[in-house]
Amino acid sequence: MSAQAAPLAAEQALLSVEHLTMRFGGLVAIDDVSFAARDREITAIIGPNGAGKTTVFNCLTGFYKPTVGRLGLSHPQKGVMLLEQMEGFRIAQQAGVARTFQNIRLFAKMTVLENLIVAQHNHLMRASGYTVLGLFGLGVYRHAEKDAVDKARYWLDRIHLTDKADWDAGNLPYGDQRRLEIARAMCIDPILLCLDEPAAGLNPRESHELNELLQFIRDEHKIGVLLIEHDMSVVMEISDHIIVLDYGRKISDGDPDFVRNDPNVIRAYLGEEEEEELPPEVAQDLSSRTDGGPEGRDDS
Amino acid sequence: MAEITANSRLAAAKGRLDTVAMLKEAGLTALVMFALTVGLVGFEVRDIPGGLALFTRFDDVAVAVLLGFFGRMALFLLREGHPRPVAIIGGPLVLLLVLVLAADVWFTGAGDVAASESIRSWLPFNSIIVVWVIAIISVFIAARAILAIRRASSTVTVEEREARADHVAAQVQKIGRYVGPALLAFALLYPFLPFVNRQLLDISVLVVTYMMLGWGLNIVVGLAGLLDLGYVAFYAVGAYSYALLGTKLDMSFWVCLPFAGFMAATAGVILGFPVLRLRGDYLAIVTLGFGEMIRVILLNWYDVTRGPDGISNIPRPSFFGLPFTRRPPEGTESFHTFFGLEYTPVDRLIFLYYLILAMAMITNLFTMRIRKLPVGRAWEALREDETACRSLGVNPTNTKLTAFGIGAMFGGFAGSFFATRQGFISPESFTFIESAVILAIVVLGGFGSQLGVIVAAILLIGLPEFFRELQQYRMLAFGAAMVLIMVWRPAGLLAHREPTIRLHPRSGPADKTAPQSAE
Amino acid sequence: MEGSIHYFVDQTINGLTLGAIYGLIAIGYTLVYGIIGMINFAHGEIFMIGSFLAFFVFLGLGLSGITWVPLAILCALVVTMMLTPVYGWTLERVAYRPLRGSPRLAALITAIGMSIFLQNYVQLLQGARPRPLQPVISGGIELMRTVTPDGSPYVVGLSYLQLLIIVLTVALMTVFTLVITRTPLGRAQRACEQDRDMAALIGVNVDRTISLTFVMGAALASVAGLIFVMNYGVIDFFIGFLAGIKAFTAAVLGGIGSLPGAMLGGLLIGLIEAFWSGYFTVEYKDVAAFSILVLVLIFRPTGLLGKPDIEKV
Repeated sequence: MSAQAAPLAAEQALLSVEHLTMRFGGLVAIDDVSFAARDREITAIIGPNGAGKTTVFNCLTGFYKPTVGRLGLSHPQKGVMLLEQMEGFRIAQQAGVARTFQNIRLFAKMTVLENLIVAQHNHLMRASGYTVLGLFGLGVYRHAEKDAVDKARYWLDRIHLTDKADWDAGNLPYGDQRRLEIARAMCIDPILLCLDEPAAGLNPRESHELNELLQFIRDEHKIGVLLIEHDMSVVMEISDHIIVLDYGRKISDGDPDFVRNDPNVIRAYLGEEEEEELPPEVAQDLSSRTDGGPEGRDDS
Repeated sequence: MAEITANSRLAAAKGRLDTVAMLKEAGLTALVMFALTVGLVGFEVRDIPGGLALFTRFDDVAVAVLLGFFGRMALFLLREGHPRPVAIIGGPLVLLLVLVLAADVWFTGAGDVAASESIRSWLPFNSIIVVWVIAIISVFIAARAILAIRRASSTVTVEEREARADHVAAQVQKIGRYVGPALLAFALLYPFLPFVNRQLLDISVLVVTYMMLGWGLNIVVGLAGLLDLGYVAFYAVGAYSYALLGTKLDMSFWVCLPFAGFMAATAGVILGFPVLRLRGDYLAIVTLGFGEMIRVILLNWYDVTRGPDGISNIPRPSFFGLPFTRRPPEGTESFHTFFGLEYTPVDRLIFLYYLILAMAMITNLFTMRIRKLPVGRAWEALREDETACRSLGVNPTNTKLTAFGIGAMFGGFAGSFFATRQGFISPESFTFIESAVILAIVVLGGFGSQLGVIVAAILLIGLPEFFRELQQYRMLAFGAAMVLIMVWRPAGLLAHREPTIRLHPRSGPADKTAPQSAE
Repeated sequence: MEGSIHYFVDQTINGLTLGAIYGLIAIGYTLVYGIIGMINFAHGEIFMIGSFLAFFVFLGLGLSGITWVPLAILCALVVTMMLTPVYGWTLERVAYRPLRGSPRLAALITAIGMSIFLQNYVQLLQGARPRPLQPVISGGIELMRTVTPDGSPYVVGLSYLQLLIIVLTVALMTVFTLVITRTPLGRAQRACEQDRDMAALIGVNVDRTISLTFVMGAALASVAGLIFVMNYGVIDFFIGFLAGIKAFTAAVLGGIGSLPGAMLGGLLIGLIEAFWSGYFTVEYKDVAAFSILVLVLIFRPTGLLGKPDIEKV
């Protein structure tokens, strides 16, 4: 335990989670978890099924009110904001925390472009004078809408969906829907992007594209990315920092190399009693990584 | 039942008819028909001097049972690929029935009761309604038989049907750009067309009122996806606001109109605030309750609303201060004296028609416009996925409240028009059935489809009004139509969503591959 | 007088009787909502049809001189419980089954359409005028007796009819609870409620289960109709509407999808109405019932006994 890499000091972090606990009735989903995530870094949260990863996200984005805990986000302009005290939609609107969902939640019957425009709702609302001015077709709003389309187009080019911009989002192939959801979240101009299993159900080529997209977001848009993922090829390749949860508790925290070799992690994933519970591909993946090191990766 | 069907499928595959299965199915249907009719059709309670008496109508029950038996048999034959006997036997029968009914309607409409009576006495049934039911069912079966013969297969999958209907709706919307103005031109010229008489104009005023209500509710239900079963409450608030201000304070229609809309919108926001966090069906039942509450209050708050007596002598609207009266009070002018016209009572009707047409068009334009504004897109997004909306920073409560308030406002406008048109209102006019009718217009027309509302309003309000002679069957047919249209096309008649914004111009290269066939 | 315990007991008994009717109808709503997630708006009309059928039986027996009360009630019970469920079955088969998997609103519209259709069907066949019925059972047990301030006696009694209603309701609810919790049918219903596709995969006949749910709901509603005829003695084609709405309110109040919830909700709505009309004004009793519904929904959106639903994201 003494070898554990020093957790980030709270003051230099973009997001600092302190003593987060979430109980549902008698069930303790998250038990006193503290961690931090830095700006311009991809922080991955991994752990077996039911470890409480999505619950952490739900607390961060206001879908649950944490039982105990402090969720501090240091906003470059507005200072430290306490997410646990904010209403759900304000976390996105004011604190700039965007998220995607494990089971994709697009506006299925609206077009791809409309999905991206809805994400710019608050900005456009102001530009339309809270609807009143917009009704009369004033120029201010038309300009703002044009800018919004330009921004959408920028992201469509990034995710290679420009040709399909006028399709109904629900008609897109699965992989496209995943990327669209990320682009939609980016359209709110977040400072922290939370991705819940973005690579689930993607084929190797798509998941490679996803890696590039996430790295692009981190490097070009200079924001923090928080990532829940089972796909170790994604996690190990692009994460700067990994947090491992098991049964609602944090069992490891550090850079990929550290986590890969952490005996706690190995025990959690490969422990004798729980071997049956582990999905075989994860077990295989993880063992190849712990043994073979970085060279064992297949980047297809 | 399922096993029977499976067996008969097998038999059909071998090319012969499973008579036993057919008789079994037909017999079961006959049994169900018996159970359905033996009580309510078989017995009739009538008042006789000194109490009640039970009369029997077992002949009608027998007809229903036979109908069930043979109707089911026909459907069975169709399903198993033997449409010919059905068409050969059923065709002439249907023709005969339709002729009889047409004659009946014709004579009743012409007021020739004796002739209609003699036709009815020919029929073996006590009530003409039985004939109607038989006719409708047999037309349905015959139509399927004919279709089956023409297409060599009697079943279309739901997806095929939906895709085709969506395609039709898309085409309609595509030509909508030309149809819209054409319709508007027609509507503008309408009162002066040669065939339009007073009665027709009166019906049209009613139809356009419901169009406006439909468009108003469309904002709430079609765009924002909030199930409102109490829309009539806002209609009532608007109507009573104007009626009270007009009669008590002598304020003119034009002054009251915005106020009525404001009152209705306020009612919408006050109701919406606590309940909008409820989902789907809970919201539906609470709005329904709210509608009933408003009606109960109107009924019982006698000092203000005069309860069941209603409010009468509501001021009629004026044409920029010129009333439509035959003899204006001394020293003032009325519409016809000012313009030097002959007085006709139709003038007022024409004015009312244009008034409601203008109000409805404003509602329509407003909705089309607001759909393309951020708030409109947020409504649609909320309808699709509220959770995702919250994650994008859209304030769900405020957004829903605007939808509710704006929808209510248009309901209020329509209400004050209703009050001024009728000159008299009472709680009778604001029952749940009105809410159901308006909702039916929206849903049958196709969610969010502006054109669909027009079609549905004409179908549901215009047609039944036109056949007022069949007054007593009106609501029966109305209910049946609601069921049949929904079963036939669950998404509504003209349900096709047109994007509010496009990246590529229509029919651009990327559009060809677009929707429908993907996946 | 209104302050006395006697008056209170009187109103409680009234409330329980009314609550029994609402509770029996509410079960139909709750079962159907639980299994296919739709408001069976026409359920109130099923209740109305049940009351008409019971009315015919009573009238027919009365006219033909059969006056032995237990036989009359048994006949009415058998006839309504045999015939009314056929309406429920047909309703599902004709109007709801083709719409399974369609948007919820579509199903709601057909339900409203069916409700309008059935109302007018009965009105056309039986006329719009309210139909009165002679009291079937008379007499009762005296519970308390007191004297009003003006000297006249005030008797608080439990009539045999009210006793019968309470016994009948309790018996039926027990039987149905057992059916739902102990029989293969009940298991199939609960399976369909959880996940219809999965239930079909493991061999539950989903169509049949749903049909039987409608049949059960209609059977209970028909008993409610029978009780209504006996207790109030006047029926018309429109009684289904308000009773239906109240019963649905009861189901929501108790927590929709929950069987005990429906019973509890029914009793509460019945008591609220009885007390409100007893102590305040009769006119606003519906307003009271709905206001309480709104309050409950605001503070406990899933009803009193419903499971709190945690949003899955």
